[in-house]
Amino acid sequence: MTETRAGAVTPAVHHGAMFDTNELVLNMGPQHPSTHGVLRVVLRLDGEKVVDADVVIGYLHRGIEKLSENRNWTQIILLTDRMDYVAAATNNVGYCETVEKLLSIEVPRRARYVRTILCELQRIASHCLWLGTHAMDIGAMTVFLYAFRERELILDLFEEFCGARLTYNSMRIGGLPLDIPSGWDRKVLEFCRIMDSKILEYEELLTHNRIWLERTKGIGVIDGPEAVAIGLSGPALRGSGVPRDVRKDEPYAAYDELEFDVPIGAVGDTYDRYLVRMEEFRQSLRLIRQATEGLPEGPIVGKVPRLIKPPAGETYHAIESPKGELGYFIVSDGKSTNPYRFRVRPPSFCNLQGLPRLVRGHLVADVVALIGSLDIVLGEVDR
Amino acid sequence: MGEAIAFYTIAAFVLGFAVMVVSTKDTVHSVLFLVLDFLAVAALYVLLGAEFLAAIQVLVYAGGIVVLYLFVVMLVNLKGFPEENRDPHRRTKLGLGLAAAVVVELGAILAYDYARPVPQLADAAIPVVGNTEEVGWLLYTSYLIPFEIASMLLLVAMIGAIVLAKREL
Amino acid sequence: MIDLFIIPLLKIAIVLNATLVGVTYMVLLERKVIAWAQSRLGPMRVGPHGILQPVADALKLMIKEDITPVRVDRWVFTAAPIISMVPALIVYAVIPFGPEVTLFGRQVTLYITDINVGLLYVVSVASVGVYGIILAGYASNSKYPLLASLRASAQLISYEVAVTLTLVSVILVAGTLSMVGIVRAQEEAGVWFAFIQPLAFGIFFIGGLAETNRAPFDLPEAEQELTGGFHTEYSGMRFALFFLAEYANVIVVSSVATTLFLGGWLRPFPSVDALAFLDIVPSWTWFLLKSFVFLYVFVWIRATLPRYRYDQLMRLGWKVLIPLAIVNLVVTGFIRLMVL
Repeated sequence: MTETRAGAVTPAVHHGAMFDTNELVLNMGPQHPSTHGVLRVVLRLDGEKVVDADVVIGYLHRGIEKLSENRNWTQIILLTDRMDYVAAATNNVGYCETVEKLLSIEVPRRARYVRTILCELQRIASHCLWLGTHAMDIGAMTVFLYAFRERELILDLFEEFCGARLTYNSMRIGGLPLDIPSGWDRKVLEFCRIMDSKILEYEELLTHNRIWLERTKGIGVIDGPEAVAIGLSGPALRGSGVPRDVRKDEPYAAYDELEFDVPIGAVGDTYDRYLVRMEEFRQSLRLIRQATEGLPEGPIVGKVPRLIKPPAGETYHAIESPKGELGYFIVSDGKSTNPYRFRVRPPSFCNLQGLPRLVRGHLVADVVALIGSLDIVLGEVDR
Repeated sequence: MGEAIAFYTIAAFVLGFAVMVVSTKDTVHSVLFLVLDFLAVAALYVLLGAEFLAAIQVLVYAGGIVVLYLFVVMLVNLKGFPEENRDPHRRTKLGLGLAAAVVVELGAILAYDYARPVPQLADAAIPVVGNTEEVGWLLYTSYLIPFEIASMLLLVAMIGAIVLAKREL
Repeated sequence: MIDLFIIPLLKIAIVLNATLVGVTYMVLLERKVIAWAQSRLGPMRVGPHGILQPVADALKLMIKEDITPVRVDRWVFTAAPIISMVPALIVYAVIPFGPEVTLFGRQVTLYITDINVGLLYVVSVASVGVYGIILAGYASNSKYPLLASLRASAQLISYEVAVTLTLVSVILVAGTLSMVGIVRAQEEAGVWFAFIQPLAFGIFFIGGLAETNRAPFDLPEAEQELTGGFHTEYSGMRFALFFLAEYANVIVVSSVATTLFLGGWLRPFPSVDALAFLDIVPSWTWFLLKSFVFLYVFVWIRATLPRYRYDQLMRLGWKVLIPLAIVNLVVTGFIRLMVL
C-alpha cells in the first residue's frame, strides 16, 4: 500500500490462489446518513472485508481553540457549548472547573450539586441520542423515536432552567448563573420515575434480540491494554474491562459525596459497550435522585473577582463526559484577560483513533455499527 | 385450426429470438433474448398439454439457469460499455457451408421418415390424469436410474464450484 | 361467448384494479402502522387522517422529470421496473378469492382461472421477477448499483429454494398442485394447513420476508448502507414502479400464504358446525381479512427488528432454512406414506 497524501490510498493487488483480486477503495462520507456528522472514512476493501480504514476529519473545524485566545474567560463558556453539542453542559462544567482550579476558587456546595444533576441529565440525554442513532444504523428504527422522546423530556428540563435546548451556556466560573426555578427538582424526580420504565422498553427491544446480538457480539473486539494504548476513554474503554472513570478516580463536582457504580464490560466488543452505556443510564438516574433529594441550601455562585485575570501558569483538568475523558489544558500569561492557550482533549477525537484498528477484518456493514459504538460527535472531533 | 395458428406464431417467436441470440452484438442482450426464447418454448409446452414441463421450464431454465448466466456475463462486462468488435477468428464461409450440410441432412431425415413412417407408441399402461402425475410416474419408475445419475452430476458440479470459488479451504 | 370472454375480462379488470389500489394503500398502511409503533401519527394532512396520501404520492411521482443517466442501455433501463412489476400482478390469475357463487343468476367462480399446476405457476412467475432487480443494477451502468443488485438477486434465489421446498410439503399434504384444490383439501381436512404444517408455515413466512427484500432482510436496499442499492439511478415513475413492485410482492406473498396455510376463503374452523353463523361473512371477506393480517405482521416486523448483515442473512437461508425445509419434507412424506 502506498500513501500519497492524507486520505489517498492506492489499492494493492493480490496475486494468489486462483484469481487476481484487486482491492477496492470505497469512500464513506462526508455526506452519509450514518457517519453521524461530517466524517469521512476511506475504506480499503478486499471483497467485502475491510483491510484498512483511513479517517479524514476537519470538515467541522471552526477554530474554537484559536477563537478562545481572543475572548475573555467568561465568553469562552459560550464557545465550549459548541464542541460536544449533544452534551453541552458537561463541556461547560469541565471548562469552568479548570479555570476555578487555576484561580483556586471554591465552588459552593449547592452549585456543585446542581452541576452534578445537570451533568448526569446530560449523560442520559447523550446516551439517548447514542442509542437512537446506533440502533437506527443497525436497522431498528423504532428505538430512535423512543430514545428521542425521552431526550425531549430532558431538553424541556434544561429549557426551564436556562432557556436553551441545545447550547446552554449554563455555567459560570465559580458556580451557575442562576438558581434552579421552584418546582424544578420535583420535575427532575418525575423524569427519573418515567425514565426507569423507558429503559426497560429499550432493553426489551434490543438486549436479548437475536438479530441485535448477531450484529453486535464479537464486532470490534479490543482488549484492555490495547484500548489504553490507543487512548480510548469513557464507555469505549470500560467496555474492554478497564475500570477507569474520572468521576471515581479524580472526583469533581459532588461525585465524592454521592454513591454510584461504574459498569465494566468483559470482552470489549460492541455488545459490551452497549451494555455499559445501558447500565450507565441507571447509574445516572441513581446519582440524579441522590443529588436532587440531598440538595443543600446555600449560594449558587462562589467568591469570584470582578475581573477574571488568573496568575501566570497552566493547568489541566479532566471530567467524565458521556463520551469519555474530556480534558482542558489552559495556559494563562497573567497579563491579559484572555487565555494564552486553550487546548481541549476531546474524547471523541481520541476514541476515533481506534476506528481503523476496530474495523480491520470486519465487513462494510460493521463499519457503521462501530462508528456508532464509539459514540463520536464531530463538533468535538474537529472543534 | 386455432391451435395451428398458435403453434406457428409461437414457433416463429422461438426461432426469431434464437436468431437474435446469436446475432446481437451486446452479450447481455443476447442472454435476455435467450430468456424470451425459453419463455416461448414454455408456451409451446403448454400448447402440447405438458403444463408441468412448461412451469418447470420457466422455473428452472428461465428463472434459474439463465439468471446465473446473466451474473457471469454482467460481471465480465463490468469494465465499461461493451464495444462492438469483430472476432478475428470468425470463418463465415465455413459456417455457411456447415449450415448447408445440416439443412441437407434434415431434408434427408424428413424424406426418409415420410417414406417409412414410425409406428405410434402405445399409451401408457397406468391410467393417469394430467401431465404432472404422468411425468412423476415415469420419472420414478422407468427412468429412476437416469434421475439419480443426474442428481449425482449436479452434486459433483456444486462441489466443484465451491472448491473453485473458495479461497482458503 | 359471455362466459368465454366477457366474464374473465371483467374478473381481470376487477382484480388488477383492486391489486393496484391495494398496493398504493399498502404504502399508507406501512407509514401509519410504523408511525403508531413509534409514538407518532404518520401522514395526517392530505385528506382526513392522511387517507389521500397515496394519491398525492402517485401524482408526485408521475409528474416528476424523467431523468435517464447517459450511456445506459435504454431498453433494459426502461424494461427493468416493468419486469419487476409484471410477475407480481400476473400471479393473481390463479389466486382463489372464493368458491363458486351465484351472481345475477349466473354461476361465477371467484377466481380468474384454476390451472392444475397453479402453485407451480406461482413459483415460476416469482422466479422471473428476479430479472427486474438484476437488470436494474446492470442498466444503471455504475459499479455500486450493479454489485448491490447482484447481492439482492443472490438473496432472492437462495430463499426461493427454501420456500419452494416448503411448498412441496404443502403439495404432499394437499395431494394437488391447483390452488383451488389446496383450499378444498383444507376444507375436507377440516383444519387449516398452518396447524398440520407449522414448520412449513414458519419457513414460508420467513422466506417470504427475504424474497420481498423486507426487514429484517432488507440490507440490499437499506439507506444506511452504502448506496441506495439497485434503484439508485432510478427516479420518478420508474422508481415508483420498483417501489410498488416491492409492495405488490408483499401482497402476493400474503395472498399465497393465506391460500396455502390459512384456508384461503374458508371461515375459521370450517368443520365445526356450531360456528356456522360465521358464514354470514362472505368468503372473499375472510380471504381479505386473513391477507390483511399478514400485511400487518409484515409491517410490524419492519418497525421492530434490526436488520441482518448480508452474510448472516445468507447463512440463515442456506444453513438453517433449507435443511429445516428438507427435514420437514422428508417427515411429511414419511407420514403421508405410512399413515394416509
